[in-house]
Amino acid sequence: MNTLKLINNPLQPGSESPLLRRGLGEAFISIQHISKSYGDVQAISDISLEVQKGELFGLIGPDGAGKTTLMRILMTLLIQDKGSATMNGFDVIKDYKKIRNMVGYMPGRFSLYQDLTVEENLNFFATVFKTTVAENYELIRDIYVQIEPFKNRLAGKLSGGMKQKLALSCALIHKPEILILDEPTTGVDAVSRKEFWEMLKNLQQKGITILVSTPYMDEATLCNRVALMQKGKVLDIDTPAKLVENYTRKLYAIRSNDMHRLIMDLRLYEKTDSAYAFGQYLHVTGKDDEVEATEFENFLMKKDHENLEVFDIQPTIEDVFMNMMNE
Amino acid sequence: MKQFIGFLRKEFLHIFRDPRTMMIIFLLPIVQLLLFGKVINTDIQNSRIAILDQSHDNTTREITSKLVSSGYFVLGEELMPGDDVEDVFRKGKVKMVVTFGPEFEKSLERDGKAEVQLLADASDPNTARILTNYASGIINDYVKKEKLQNLQLPNQINTEVRMLYNEGLKSVYMFVPGLMAMILMLISAMMTSISISKEKELGTMEVLLASPLKPIQIVLGKVTPYLLLSFINALTIILIGVFLFGVPIKGSFVFLMAESFLFIMMALSLGILISTIAPNQMVAMFISLLALMLPTVLLSGFMFPIENMPLPLRILSHAMPPRWFIVIIKNIMLKGTGILFVWKETLILMFMTFVFIALSIKNFKIRLE
Repeated sequence: MNTLKLINNPLQPGSESPLLRRGLGEAFISIQHISKSYGDVQAISDISLEVQKGELFGLIGPDGAGKTTLMRILMTLLIQDKGSATMNGFDVIKDYKKIRNMVGYMPGRFSLYQDLTVEENLNFFATVFKTTVAENYELIRDIYVQIEPFKNRLAGKLSGGMKQKLALSCALIHKPEILILDEPTTGVDAVSRKEFWEMLKNLQQKGITILVSTPYMDEATLCNRVALMQKGKVLDIDTPAKLVENYTRKLYAIRSNDMHRLIMDLRLYEKTDSAYAFGQYLHVTGKDDEVEATEFENFLMKKDHENLEVFDIQPTIEDVFMNMMNE
Repeated sequence: MKQFIGFLRKEFLHIFRDPRTMMIIFLLPIVQLLLFGKVINTDIQNSRIAILDQSHDNTTREITSKLVSSGYFVLGEELMPGDDVEDVFRKGKVKMVVTFGPEFEKSLERDGKAEVQLLADASDPNTARILTNYASGIINDYVKKEKLQNLQLPNQINTEVRMLYNEGLKSVYMFVPGLMAMILMLISAMMTSISISKEKELGTMEVLLASPLKPIQIVLGKVTPYLLLSFINALTIILIGVFLFGVPIKGSFVFLMAESFLFIMMALSLGILISTIAPNQMVAMFISLLALMLPTVLLSGFMFPIENMPLPLRILSHAMPPRWFIVIIKNIMLKGTGILFVWKETLILMFMTFVFIALSIKNFKIRLE
């Protein structure tokens, strides 16, 4: 039930707090024209975005979009080639020591000590950040109680979901003002993913600004605002609702008994603009949005598809993203 | 400080929870020492020899029994005139054949001269040399003492040989210092470099870097446990050397431990330097083993005398820290000398430590790149 509530909860345009509205509030994380390359590979090019205080901001994009690079630059772990970035007014190059004190970071890879127990890991990170578990227990309690029964288990022996909870606890133990999470839900089962987002929402309630990256489109709707990224560029930045709202194309859901042949046929059809699998259906757009459902139906009937279904659907954020990627 | 203690705790947990690390640290030194001490022993003991006695008189029999009772040789075979000596060697049962010429005693008493031939299996040249040296020593000694006392020989020069600092020519005296250098190098340099590069490999370094920990805290936190463990090892090796193998400590024990401490520091800073270069555990291990251990063993004078090396290798051996350390401990343990005699070597080790630390600090990355 919780999860349902969560998914419906986010941010219809009206539900934004005044603070979050653009132009109001101060940019807590500010990224200006940042580029970074590794040798010949341009990892990110000319990225600018701003995250407001208290916002839950998502970087959405497939592997290789440059999410990790951007986060590492913010975490002062990499130096950008061009541009500048500040977090709470501190420059990521000049004031790297201040940033390291102030930000909680969870890298994409599980980066805790597998040969230490849950409790030992947590205690270690508490001392590293000059605090104690007891001092900030309040902040991590909701998360930590779920793994506390296993506190004497080695971290390497935890399940994926529990590892993430432990990593989040460790990232939170020093009461950071900003939380940077690199694909925290990758490789985690569906239930744990939902739980994890619920935790992030709770942390946001406590005033923590959160920048989170994910390759899962459905998670985009759980953020206040998202930046859609691809190949080192930002395609668009807006609230998930606005992004969907701005999607004006005609979108059809199509299915038949032979989905594989269906997608091959559709992609060869000269009036198809894009066709990709989406759950049990294919989501299809026509060239210039002038293709009617019946046209697809007729074409596919000729190809002897059985149990054919073709109907209009409302776009989701994933459709928005797929569309942008194709442009 | 609390941060540092927390870090140390973590490091000790890593060490104590990894059976491989524990074995390398605590078992390897002892096993190696015992192995070198008991098995790989270059001392001559109970070597099998054959005797071909063509005289069978009192003197040859007495010499034979002197040889056999010396402890260096055992009588493997008695050969008859006409036996194929080469055949005996080919069977590989004996290392040396002692042949007494005919009428040995008579010619010795009559001419003051007699013939004895030592044939040694020089497929192992070191052993052959030592065997023949020992044997001729025993024979000469016997003849001089028992037979030539009454004879007046003109213009004779008697050479008297004494092996100072290692009268028994025991190889333990050589390998205890050598092994100590090797093991301390292995544990200090290799284990620290592996332990730091492990953090890089597993991604935990990323979290450490993104934390307020200072580089110096990370490095000291990594080094301190190994400093302690290496020191314990140095003690163990010395104790085993002294009590099991009878190696003396003629100089100051405290000074010896202080020099060991310096050497450990040097090795640790070298380990850190390696880890700043190596991206993962494999590379760290490879550099430590191939680029450090082998030259250490081969070029430090531990196994092969530096004087016999070709010039380029001799020059290279100056860059091998264990070379200097071995000189220092040999001086302290065997000769009983103090700082006055090893200040140069000590300074060299200090300089090396300084260089490694400076390079490490220069190379240590506060970021991922």
